[in-house]
Amino acid sequence: MPYLDEAATTPVRRDVLEAMWPYLTGTFGNPSSTHEVGDLARRALEDARRDVAAFLGARPGEITFTSGGTESDNAAVKGLALASSRGRHAVVSAIEHPAVLESAGWLARQGFEVTELGVDAFGRVSPHDLAAVLRDDTAVVSVQLASNEVGTVQDVAALSAVAAGRGVPFHTDAVQAAGWLDLDVTRLGVQALSLSGHKLGAPKGVGVLFVARRTPCEPLLHGGGQEDGRRSGTENVASAVGLAAAVRAARPEASEVAALRDRFVEQVLAGAPAARLTGHPVHRLPGSASFVFPGRSGESILLDLERRGVIVSSGSACHAGSDEPSHVLTAMGVERDVAQTAVRFTFGAAVTEDVLDDAARAVVEVVA
Amino acid sequence: MSERRPVYLDHAATTPMVPEAIAVLAEQLGRTGNPSSLHASGRAARRVVEESRELIAERLGARPSEVVFTSGGTEANNLAIKGLYWSRHAQDPARRRLLFSAIEHHALLDPVVWLGKEQGADIVTTAVDRDGVVRLDDLRDSIDADPQAVAAITTMWANNEMGSVQPITEVVALARPHGIPVHSDAVQAAGHLPIDFGASGLDAMTVTAHKLGGPVGVGALLAIRELELMPLLHGGGQERDVRSGTLGAPLVASFATAVDVAVRSRQAEAARLEALRERLVSGIARLVPDAVVNGPAESDRRLPHVAHVTFPGCDGDAMLMLLDAHGIEVSTGSACTAGVPQPSHVLLAMGYDEDAAAGSLRFSLGRTTTDDEIDRVLAVLPEVHDRASAARAVRQR
Repeated sequence: MPYLDEAATTPVRRDVLEAMWPYLTGTFGNPSSTHEVGDLARRALEDARRDVAAFLGARPGEITFTSGGTESDNAAVKGLALASSRGRHAVVSAIEHPAVLESAGWLARQGFEVTELGVDAFGRVSPHDLAAVLRDDTAVVSVQLASNEVGTVQDVAALSAVAAGRGVPFHTDAVQAAGWLDLDVTRLGVQALSLSGHKLGAPKGVGVLFVARRTPCEPLLHGGGQEDGRRSGTENVASAVGLAAAVRAARPEASEVAALRDRFVEQVLAGAPAARLTGHPVHRLPGSASFVFPGRSGESILLDLERRGVIVSSGSACHAGSDEPSHVLTAMGVERDVAQTAVRFTFGAAVTEDVLDDAARAVVEVVA
Repeated sequence: MSERRPVYLDHAATTPMVPEAIAVLAEQLGRTGNPSSLHASGRAARRVVEESRELIAERLGARPSEVVFTSGGTEANNLAIKGLYWSRHAQDPARRRLLFSAIEHHALLDPVVWLGKEQGADIVTTAVDRDGVVRLDDLRDSIDADPQAVAAITTMWANNEMGSVQPITEVVALARPHGIPVHSDAVQAAGHLPIDFGASGLDAMTVTAHKLGGPVGVGALLAIRELELMPLLHGGGQERDVRSGTLGAPLVASFATAVDVAVRSRQAEAARLEALRERLVSGIARLVPDAVVNGPAESDRRLPHVAHVTFPGCDGDAMLMLLDAHGIEVSTGSACTAGVPQPSHVLLAMGYDEDAAAGSLRFSLGRTTTDDEIDRVLAVLPEVHDRASAARAVRQR
């Protein structure tokens, strides 16, 4: 059955499971304990941290393991804002994942002023718009690297340069981009970046927060002072080891997949004239194709496709079951009723032409 | 160095997963599905999560809707105490007082201190007696000083260093007339003591998987539905909007299995561990006559698997290292302060001096502990004790 909802969660890779296995079954130990068992766990954790740091072009001391993308986003947005001495203004794009948007909402309840940056019809944030809203008291800017819903990739390097010009720390949610795009934090110019394990082939329940060495960040979880005080809680060694194995295996095969994706998009648009591609046609994740089908019900397309064995989603898994149109699509100027007809196809590097051809045929049949 | 398997007596820090929980984790990791997705694999994952929620609720005397999954005990404690403080303070700005026992784990203590330092909370410590048990007279006085201003009370169910069980029912009874919510960190107690969340009268309670045979990285806050809790993790609105984020079916199902196994085997296992502990403690008393076993003496007032011992004139860290060289793994206190040369705040709160605190060890037993392992500890203890006493004497000169 073609599983084309990889943006919600990817299967755990076999090599990841194998890497984790000893830490689940034998080498137990609390890395904060001083004895030998704790030592083994601690060494494995620090090896994993080095691998993740190398993946991001960062220093090991800048890598914090978290319980996932949501925690990383919360820790970054709230932590950078609370620790800033600049003031109480935060800037986020209107199409961020709810983890960032709701964190900004919490800041607003704490007395921060929050500016939501609009996007163009393709879902892109403009550096000029960002420059226009930055202030002397801006404490944090957060713009995602790539959209989970429409696949649009932001020019984070250009945006972060604008923030850097004003001395404002820049966070990017790279959860969806991981595995596809270059995540070198120096090239991206970011001071903070979020990753999630389960979008990379590692299990759910583990993520990463990168925060640059000299950027102050208030911890979200207080307690035993693990992770050098940046994130308290017993370290999840097995999952960190799994995440490290996943990033070691991550080899962006973007161009091939992008070509397959383009072919799929053409087939859908040609066979189903009612379909409209959402998101940017070029600056988008290779493994993402998203459409709206004006006049149709997104829900029924989803179910019809599932009956034909094609598993897709209407957008963010977090919003599944909700009647609200996607905030991403409405921010892009898509009408509310049209936004409710959204269907998203997301796939991994292993996707084949045959699978996508089958899926395209199914879409055409379903909406014809 | 011993060639044999190490003797692991630090189960209160973390305990190996039970085979049943490993099997469930492995099986679930092989499947795909985001529990929030609508399609079949998403629905299957959601079903696993909901069945896990029901099982944990049933085993701990809660309703399924009261189980909020978190990434572990630290997050659950942070959510409970910060969430309660923020919500109660928002309802009534006069509510700034947080009452917490002097022997809380750092995972509770540190967020409380943070609220005091950064968020304007007025944090008030409740004293404990010489056994490490909360003094109800002191708590009553603290409440009575200004009951309307109390945002929340938190008292752990059983202490991680002493094993002392706390008078939760009595704490709840003191709070109830004033409508003050009570939270308890039951991380060490769950699976070792009979726990019925509903019957306890608590408003919220923390449990974690890796202390009872489940995986690291998952836990839960049990919270009654009426309790207003400002979330700590904002986002997709999972976990009835109290805790956003995708923890996933594998961790949650493995956690539920571990809770199930621990609770169902609790009585037999507690009796077995109690007997092993008794052998250890009486052996220590025989070999090192001036050693003092801390915490309550009566078995119904302490955890069955924890023995906290002070060796007067002895350096605890030196003993820890010497035992480690014999392949015996114990702790000087809670793991999170290990490596940091600070006397235990728990022992100090109990009225011990820094010397006693520096000469103490915690032995914590678990499923893998055997008679033979206790014998191995007792066999090397006299030599270890002599050398650690000498080390202390040299250092003091």
